[in-house]
Amino acid sequence: MSSNPTANGPADGERRAALVTAGAVGAAGACALAVPFVSSFAPSERARAAGAPVEFDLSGVPPGEMRTVEWRGKPVWILRRTPEMIEAVKRADGAVADPNSQRTAYPTPQYARNALRSIKPEFFIAVGICSHLGCSPVGPLAANTNAVLGADAGFLCPCHGSTFDLAGRVFRAKPAPDNLEVPPHKYLSETTVLIGEDGTA
Amino acid sequence: MALHETEYKGLLGWVDQRMPTLMSEYKKHLSEYYAPKNFNVWYIFGGLAITVLAIQIVTGIFLTMHYKPDARYAFESVEYIMREVPGGWFIRYMHSTGASFFFIVVYLHMFRALMYGSYRKPRELIWIFGCLIFLCLMAEAFMGYLLPWGQMSYWGAQVIVNLFAAIPLIGPDLAVFIRGDYVVSDATLNRFFALHVIAIPLVLIGLVVAHILALHDVGSNNPDGIEIKDKKDEKGRPLDGIPFHPYYTVHDIFWLGLFLIAFFSVVFFLPEAGGYFLEWTNFNPANPLSTPAHIAPVWYFTPYYSVLRAVTTPFMWALGLGVIGYGILLYFTFRGTLRFVSLGAALVLAVFMLPLSPLALDPKFWGVVAMGAAVMIFFGLPWLDHSPVRSMRYRPQWHFGLLMAFVLVFLVLGYFGLQPPSAANEIIAPVGTLLYFAFFLLMPWWSRMGEFKTPPDRVTFHPH
Repeated sequence: MSSNPTANGPADGERRAALVTAGAVGAAGACALAVPFVSSFAPSERARAAGAPVEFDLSGVPPGEMRTVEWRGKPVWILRRTPEMIEAVKRADGAVADPNSQRTAYPTPQYARNALRSIKPEFFIAVGICSHLGCSPVGPLAANTNAVLGADAGFLCPCHGSTFDLAGRVFRAKPAPDNLEVPPHKYLSETTVLIGEDGTA
Repeated sequence: MALHETEYKGLLGWVDQRMPTLMSEYKKHLSEYYAPKNFNVWYIFGGLAITVLAIQIVTGIFLTMHYKPDARYAFESVEYIMREVPGGWFIRYMHSTGASFFFIVVYLHMFRALMYGSYRKPRELIWIFGCLIFLCLMAEAFMGYLLPWGQMSYWGAQVIVNLFAAIPLIGPDLAVFIRGDYVVSDATLNRFFALHVIAIPLVLIGLVVAHILALHDVGSNNPDGIEIKDKKDEKGRPLDGIPFHPYYTVHDIFWLGLFLIAFFSVVFFLPEAGGYFLEWTNFNPANPLSTPAHIAPVWYFTPYYSVLRAVTTPFMWALGLGVIGYGILLYFTFRGTLRFVSLGAALVLAVFMLPLSPLALDPKFWGVVAMGAAVMIFFGLPWLDHSPVRSMRYRPQWHFGLLMAFVLVFLVLGYFGLQPPSAANEIIAPVGTLLYFAFFLLMPWWSRMGEFKTPPDRVTFHPH
């Protein structure tokens, strides 16, 4: 019977070769067939068009205020920092978990890997989504205006209490593990920034 | 409790100890299912039908990831799939080509049964499951066709749902019930989507499983129409049987390769098939206010559509008198009460059919009935065929001639079903309809006539 290997005699080399070849060609065919199906999961032209970069005009933002634009369905903050806000960032160096943005979960672009996490010190641009579980934090809040932030200035995520400074760096001992993501962006002029594209990759 | 004793080693042995069904069913249906050694090319179509079913399910799943079953978005979502989803055009064309190929394969599969008497005792139940699969397939194709929400989708659905409205008394309410609205609308689209995507496919899969289990219980027929289980060796294996695996699995893979070449040739180079697989009219979005100049169902429904269109008042004379004639024939055939019952039923029917009768129902209604009967009559085949031998090979030549004539009538009705109504069609469709029904309804008599050859003891097999 088929279950007893020795009952069929010694293995037939030619037959085995034919089976292996046919099996290999069949497997190659199956892989080829899978390609269109698997790639249909990828973002379509429409999704890619909807995810296109967004231009923003900085001239309408007064100092100390923040605007939010949508890019790829996410809120992106543009905060025009005052000199006091920039001071507050420097003061927070010791209290944040990753002061130099070395963690790689949301890699900080090379042009934002500095003390203020931005290209221009005055404008802070970040994706307004908490790195814990995805809520959008409230802010910017001044120092001593909020019980959770206390003497720090920054953002507070209402869902589980994570706090971030005015450069988007997460404070220590909070549920959120990472600093706020800085999206790829570049300045098209002194007053226009393109969010979503930075000329690399 | 002691584990099942296994002859297998390793992982397979471990599984076999806990689920002996796996290997016992594998043996029962594959490696120890003895199929006749004389299968010819006509025996590939069952396996091909399963393949096309799998293709439709997989491509269908991926289509539902992007399709929107809403009258506002449906048409556009199909264009989105075609133009913007990576690989979307390929998946869509596979699905539309698969639908047409499904019917080609199934019609050829059924033709094999007609040639070799595969529907005869003890295989009547396999045939019945098969006819149910055919009905489900037609419903599935019809509902799937509404989904692109093109002009033909909309108006085809309108016409077919209105067939139900032709039923006396309950018709109009039934049509509203089916549509979910007073006209074909978003409600209809959404429910047809649910039925097409999950309800009917589940039923289809169940029926296919039943079809194959019933087949395996009895054993396959073969081109000679003889029972291979009549001659067994000392181990109980049919002398003329060979294990399905590996002989027919390998054999089928070869033919599957050729089939896939043909299938993908169409998908890549001729997906619209000249307007027969994807109709030109359906590239226009549905417009409830304007019916296209030329309505036709998809090619695989056209023979039945011809039958529907054939039934007009003049034809009702032929049908009514035909029914009476058949009743008289049955009166002289049956014995006892049955003869009176059949004659009586025929006369009652005629009262509702003959044009001058006060109780005559509209030809519109009888057209629907005739179309339904043209499909349903296949169910009766095991009881209509009274030939002493199963396979056409051992029947008088002219029996096969009649079968080919039936095929010709089927094709001619199909051709004329695609064309707009014409003077030629006004003769051809009714004549074709009569011949179509005569093939079946007179079969109890003609299948017994002529000189039959004796089928052989052992199958005719020529090794190559």
